[in-house]
Amino acid sequence: MSAPTHSAHHAPQGFIRKYVFSLDHKVIGIQYYFLGLFSVFIGMALSLLMRFHMVNPEAKVSWFASLWHTAAAGGMMTPELYLSLMTMHGTIMVFFVLTTVPQSGFGNYFLPIQIGAEDMAFPVLNMMSFWTTFIALVVMIAAFFVQGGAPLSGWTAYPPLSAAGRITGPGEGMGQTLWITSIAIFCGASLMGAINFIATVVDLRCKGMRLMRMPLTCWTWLVTAILGLLGFAVLLAAGLLLILDRTVGTSFFIPGGLMISDQIITNHKGGSPLLWQHLFWFFGHPEVYIAILPGMGVTSHLLATFARKPVFGYKAMVYAILSIGFLGFLVWGHHMFMSGMNPYSAMAFSVLTMAIGVPSAIKTFNWIGTLWGGKIHFDTAMMFSLGFVSLFVTGGLSGIFLGQPALDLYFHDTYFVVGHFHMIMGVAAIFGMFAGTFYWFPKMFGRMMNETMGKIHFYATFIGVYMIFTPMHFVGMAGNPRRYSDFTNIEYLAGLMPVHKFMTHAAYFTAAVQILFLINLFWSLWKGPKAPMNPWNSTSLEWTIPSPPPFDNFAGVHPVVNHGPYEFSVPGAPTDFIMQTDPPSVTSEG
Amino acid sequence: MLLAPVVWILTAIIAYFFAAKTWWFPPPINAHGIAYDVQFMRTLIVTGIIFVLAQFALGWVIFRFRDDGRRANYNHGNNRLETVWTSATALLFLGLVLMGTKIWAGVHFDKPPADAVPIEVLGKQFAWSFRYPGPDGKFGHTDLKFVNDTAGNPFGLDEKDPAGKDDIVSASLKIPAGKPIKLIMHSRDVIHNFFVRELRMKQDIVPGMEIPLSFQADTIGTYEVPCSELCGLGHFQMRTTMQVMSAADFEQWKIEKAQK
Repeated sequence: MSAPTHSAHHAPQGFIRKYVFSLDHKVIGIQYYFLGLFSVFIGMALSLLMRFHMVNPEAKVSWFASLWHTAAAGGMMTPELYLSLMTMHGTIMVFFVLTTVPQSGFGNYFLPIQIGAEDMAFPVLNMMSFWTTFIALVVMIAAFFVQGGAPLSGWTAYPPLSAAGRITGPGEGMGQTLWITSIAIFCGASLMGAINFIATVVDLRCKGMRLMRMPLTCWTWLVTAILGLLGFAVLLAAGLLLILDRTVGTSFFIPGGLMISDQIITNHKGGSPLLWQHLFWFFGHPEVYIAILPGMGVTSHLLATFARKPVFGYKAMVYAILSIGFLGFLVWGHHMFMSGMNPYSAMAFSVLTMAIGVPSAIKTFNWIGTLWGGKIHFDTAMMFSLGFVSLFVTGGLSGIFLGQPALDLYFHDTYFVVGHFHMIMGVAAIFGMFAGTFYWFPKMFGRMMNETMGKIHFYATFIGVYMIFTPMHFVGMAGNPRRYSDFTNIEYLAGLMPVHKFMTHAAYFTAAVQILFLINLFWSLWKGPKAPMNPWNSTSLEWTIPSPPPFDNFAGVHPVVNHGPYEFSVPGAPTDFIMQTDPPSVTSEG
Repeated sequence: MLLAPVVWILTAIIAYFFAAKTWWFPPPINAHGIAYDVQFMRTLIVTGIIFVLAQFALGWVIFRFRDDGRRANYNHGNNRLETVWTSATALLFLGLVLMGTKIWAGVHFDKPPADAVPIEVLGKQFAWSFRYPGPDGKFGHTDLKFVNDTAGNPFGLDEKDPAGKDDIVSASLKIPAGKPIKLIMHSRDVIHNFFVRELRMKQDIVPGMEIPLSFQADTIGTYEVPCSELCGLGHFQMRTTMQVMSAADFEQWKIEKAQK
């Protein structure tokens, strides 16, 4: 933990070096945040089009035809267009929102400051990882504009559908190639980011910042980076194999003896579709925790701050984060109970899956324990953290059904699954991002956000997401398969249409409310009241420096940490919070 | 503060719809389905109690510990409590999964009896086909080069093979009630999934693999089979039915079908 010397660079002059190709972790964090913000609105727009089509499969909308000349000729959305929207919705949300904002956005900005560093360990690598992510996004969006359109094989891209080329469907030509290329580029970017995060935590903690004094946010960013390092490396390898299958005629994932669209496939044999699934989910399950762990960190941090209480069971929380990270690599098979893999392995995967429920439950208990006996302030940031806990409980419990292979015999690939993962990996993670936004906005931009707008936005969104995603569990129980572009061909689905209509309207409502968030965000950027140094009376290091912080964070001073991260309401202390950098004499050891 | 009643009301609404069974499974048609429903209810009760208690507790702490001028407790946790709730959840979750293993084992580990009715299932974009071996009990040789969907030969039956002469090919699945059935499943192109709600069973059909699935259905009736693995643009249309017939009707159907 020596004083960092290599990151002692000086503030750059000129717009390009300062705001575009910046080496400053804070600028890069903001760049990631806005990349994610752009992506989340694209992803949300796609989901609205999907929800519209599901309940109006025959509708003719003139501007569809102008957007998609062939896939929506005459204004009617084709099934392949629906599947393209679905694929791109899932991909953009998982990679460019859930992976990007909580880790690369907030993590980049606040990890170095919270551990008392001037920057990330490798600033140039940091810049490269952002711009590589940007290129990946451009390539991904380009898939919409090539012949045949975006791919239709879902964000999981199971071969042979994703591997055998144009004959398996429109979008499976150039669109799918661009998709997998973008994913491979994204993997490269994430690997650079992961290495940087790990090196920063290991090397750049300031004096006194022992591991067990790090805020829980830093712990989650660290473990997420480790998951990213191991997970994206495997996805990159799998992605390259898929590119080879598609472009040079290898057969990693394509078996012999196929006949697609009345053509006998002679140039492929010997591959295994299940191999892709194993490699994909070896990344894919840790990815769920990449999305949610930082949200858990933010939630723990905020519950303590706004309840004015130390985190209940800090050590148990750290061990829970570590065990989630470890077990996260041993449960990928629960995505494959129905895949045709050896049914004996399902037993092992299911036991391990239930095991990973335990640290998740520990975290929930500890959150309630943190609030218990607190003095809760209901600022918007806190509201979103409380909402996170509620959604995490709801979304986590449906996992207890899906983790049992016996029950998955029915639920696999139904809307029950869609409801489950949207609840926990989708909206709970997004609530973590909202919480982070309201909490850190004053530090990042030097201005406060509007609380009234924030509260209205919170309540409408909280109720809205419950209205969208809870009914999915019910239609799933009635046997509604997912990834259907319309429900008119299956007789038993007719009775579920009113539920689908309800969910579609709930989605319109919830999406409309997000405009309020955008207004709040951009209005506050320019017009919000000036933020003080520490508006929430928080204890962590980012609140010891001006809002926004100077270029090198601590203005040349090397901070010294004397206290644990959550010393709130310490008896005998002059205020109800002790900053981590306060002199040791203030009170007891944390 | 307002959040407490909002959380409680949402919890009550969700709990109501589970209790009222407004949208629910269709009735099961075999012993496996009945066992499945028992395991589902068991899991629903355990998770339901946790759900209601946890959401109620969340609402309660929000309401009870709002800032009303008191000082917050200075408290870093309680190791005994951590141990208690860690072991309690571990036991509960593990217990649930172990109770379900019998159901899984019944589907995947029990060998079908020798007299099980063998039926070959073929999935392709975007249709199902089923093949019965006929009176000789043997499936005829097939080859992709003989495949002709429009001429009613999706399997590619080889006309020269005598064992294939009596094979019955059908676009929907017909099975006798109360008899063990053994499906042998193939896909010609991409991954499909065979799913019958009333059987409480589904299985991916993976190209390049031969995947068995055995079961028995006891209740006569016609049940829908929607493809349940994304297989391309016509995925939503890839549907057939499974008709469970009396043994006599099934034999009659086979005779009629063979004469065509």
